[in-house]
Amino acid sequence: MARRIAVEDSHAVALAAKMANVDVIAAYPITPQTHIVEELSRMVSDGEFDAEYINVESEHSAISACIGASAVGARCFTATAGQGLALMHEILFIAAGNRFPIVMAIANRCLSPNINIWGDQSDVMSSRDCGWIQIFAENAQEIFDLILSAFKISEDDRVLLPVAVNFDGFYATHVVERMDLPEEEEVRRFLPPHRTARYKLDPDRPLTFGAIGFPAIQFELRRQWEEALCNSKQVVKEVWQEFGRIFGRHYDVLEPYRMEDAEIGFILMGGSSGTCRVAVDRLRERGFKAGMIKLRLFRPFPKEEILEAVSRLKTLITVDKHICLGGLGGPLFNDLRSLFYGFQRRINVAGFIAGVGGRDIKVEDFEHMFEKVVKGEVSPEKHVFIVRGES
Amino acid sequence: MAVSQEYFKTFRDLPREDWFVCGHRACQGCGEAIAVRLILKALGPNTIVVSPTGCLEIISSPFPYTSWAVPWIHVAFENAAAVASGIEAGLKVLARKGLLEKQKTNVLVLAGDGGTVDIGLQSLSGALERGHDFLYVCLDNEAYMNTGIQRSGATPFMCWTTTSQVGRVKRGNLTWKKNMPAIVAAHRVPYVATATVAYPLDLANKAKRGIETEGPAYLHVLASCPTGWRLPPELSVEISRLAVQTGFFPLYEIVDGEFRVTVEIPRRKPVAEYLKPQGRFRHLTDEDIAKIQEQVDRECARLGIP
Ligand SMILES: Cc1ncc(C[n+]2csc(CCOP(=O)(O)OP(=O)(O)O)c2C)c(N)n1
Ligand code: SF4
Ligand SMILES: [Mg+2]
Repeated sequence: MARRIAVEDSHAVALAAKMANVDVIAAYPITPQTHIVEELSRMVSDGEFDAEYINVESEHSAISACIGASAVGARCFTATAGQGLALMHEILFIAAGNRFPIVMAIANRCLSPNINIWGDQSDVMSSRDCGWIQIFAENAQEIFDLILSAFKISEDDRVLLPVAVNFDGFYATHVVERMDLPEEEEVRRFLPPHRTARYKLDPDRPLTFGAIGFPAIQFELRRQWEEALCNSKQVVKEVWQEFGRIFGRHYDVLEPYRMEDAEIGFILMGGSSGTCRVAVDRLRERGFKAGMIKLRLFRPFPKEEILEAVSRLKTLITVDKHICLGGLGGPLFNDLRSLFYGFQRRINVAGFIAGVGGRDIKVEDFEHMFEKVVKGEVSPEKHVFIVRGES
Repeated sequence: MAVSQEYFKTFRDLPREDWFVCGHRACQGCGEAIAVRLILKALGPNTIVVSPTGCLEIISSPFPYTSWAVPWIHVAFENAAAVASGIEAGLKVLARKGLLEKQKTNVLVLAGDGGTVDIGLQSLSGALERGHDFLYVCLDNEAYMNTGIQRSGATPFMCWTTTSQVGRVKRGNLTWKKNMPAIVAAHRVPYVATATVAYPLDLANKAKRGIETEGPAYLHVLASCPTGWRLPPELSVEISRLAVQTGFFPLYEIVDGEFRVTVEIPRRKPVAEYLKPQGRFRHLTDEDIAKIQEQVDRECARLGIP
């Protein structure tokens, strides 16, 4: 039987890595991820589980060491945020393109300048195209469950790609929440205690990893990577279904809320979806047909599921915590508008930028976005910045 | 003082097999390629190799071909030591958990000077300080050869490279070569040594001693590069010998902090004999050479070399 506990979300991350029985942890501290690596260090020092904890001298080395460990068949884990993720940038591509299973927790943090330790999504969105599976979690339970399942997804022979599980810096990392902690045997039924690596650095079967790719072959390799990433959606769904059967908590690539008859709906990722849900309820009380989609799987982008979820919608409000500087607004806005272009039915997309640099997004802010759309004050040509209750 | 073990007394003691095999694309007379072949002969097949970006990686792994008969991985330019850290830690924990048949596999880094003394210095320092059990070999051809002979922190004083050009105002590289073995030794690692392909048994023995050492070991190999040094390929080994015989590149070992010269040079030759055959030093005047001679004398005196 699972145990109901109160846990800081950061410690839920550490618990997930521990229950996954990771072999190697390589991480470098950065706020707001620090509580994660501190707790993991404590667990390893206390002998709660057997892992090599590599105190690397940078995030660049953290992800590089994870590649090395993954290449010999170890199950490995790292965690970072903001600047740390940016420092990894070059290696993120190599981890994915060379098909190394790795799980990384990202406590989303605003990228400098100005130096700002608080949560937005500019870190992960600046690494958007690095070819990882990218998942967003809302609360302690989801963080724990999705990290645990990330190992299973990442190590699946049909996938062999690294997985990043994102959650809000501070709003998630530094709060204590209620969570059901499964028993060891339950976890073992879901995730085997060790990885079985088919391709690894093994003197008995020498393989060459990371060869030079001339133009005559590079294109094909890139295409295979893209196909593997797109195909991984099916495995993600399967793994989450199995998770649901064993643990009774059911996850899918997105989570619609009051969408059945909604005319105007929000779409967003991460912790703010909790606030948005309250806003949807309030708008419903005021007589509006409001709804919300919490997007859980961001890459590969679940096109079909989104199209199905919006099939009755008139306007979709995208809430991005990142600006594609000099471009066309936020990443969700860009993805969704291009998804809907050419779709048989016209769906308007209203792009809002909110929560930048850790600015709180309140219930009223969501209501305000909604009202602007109702009043026809939003043009798709211009993204709207929600600063505090007003644009 | 502990006597260093002679694993290979003659060439017959080295295996006939190769684990860095022919067909690679190195230039004729490439010192890196010779050194790598020897090092793998010394270490044998139970070895995992990490290489950062550089000539060695490019010449040996044109997909779908490979010259590596041992498991080999390239990740990026500045992180070979970090990748090796992960490999070593991974092997260690998997062995501890009973998941590996072999209790011990050699972890070997084969890196260029750029990947070691410049862009990779941070990750190497971290790995040395953490004490991972591996042998890190710097194949020092004294420039970024792979990208077209640009200077590195290991480029010698006044040397021509494509980014330390010889012009009317500046004449070659303005700085003295970074003393990488000393930097590594400052981390108090148990084994540091220098070698060249002109003394192949010395090189093979040092590689073997390095890998047999528990903890981090570092081998700095002067790897002659006919292309970048503007040198006829047939002089590649000869020039490496002159580097030692002139005292330009002394061969030594630092075992547990104890320094000893491994190839004694009773009468050093003038450094001009090393510099003159190389096109990269073609512009040097007698005065320039005297200045370099002075620096070499000073460095030899510091190391106790006559
Ligand atoms: C981050 C990064 N910067 C620059 C490069 C370009 N680059 C690739 S190899 C190389 C030089 C390699 O020099 P060295 O390590 O001395 O090896 P060599 O080719 O001389 O054997 C450079 C500058 C790169 N691949 N990655
Ligand atoms: S450029 Fe120099 S180091 Fe590179 S392959 Fe040719 S000889 Fe070897
Ligand atoms: Mg070089």
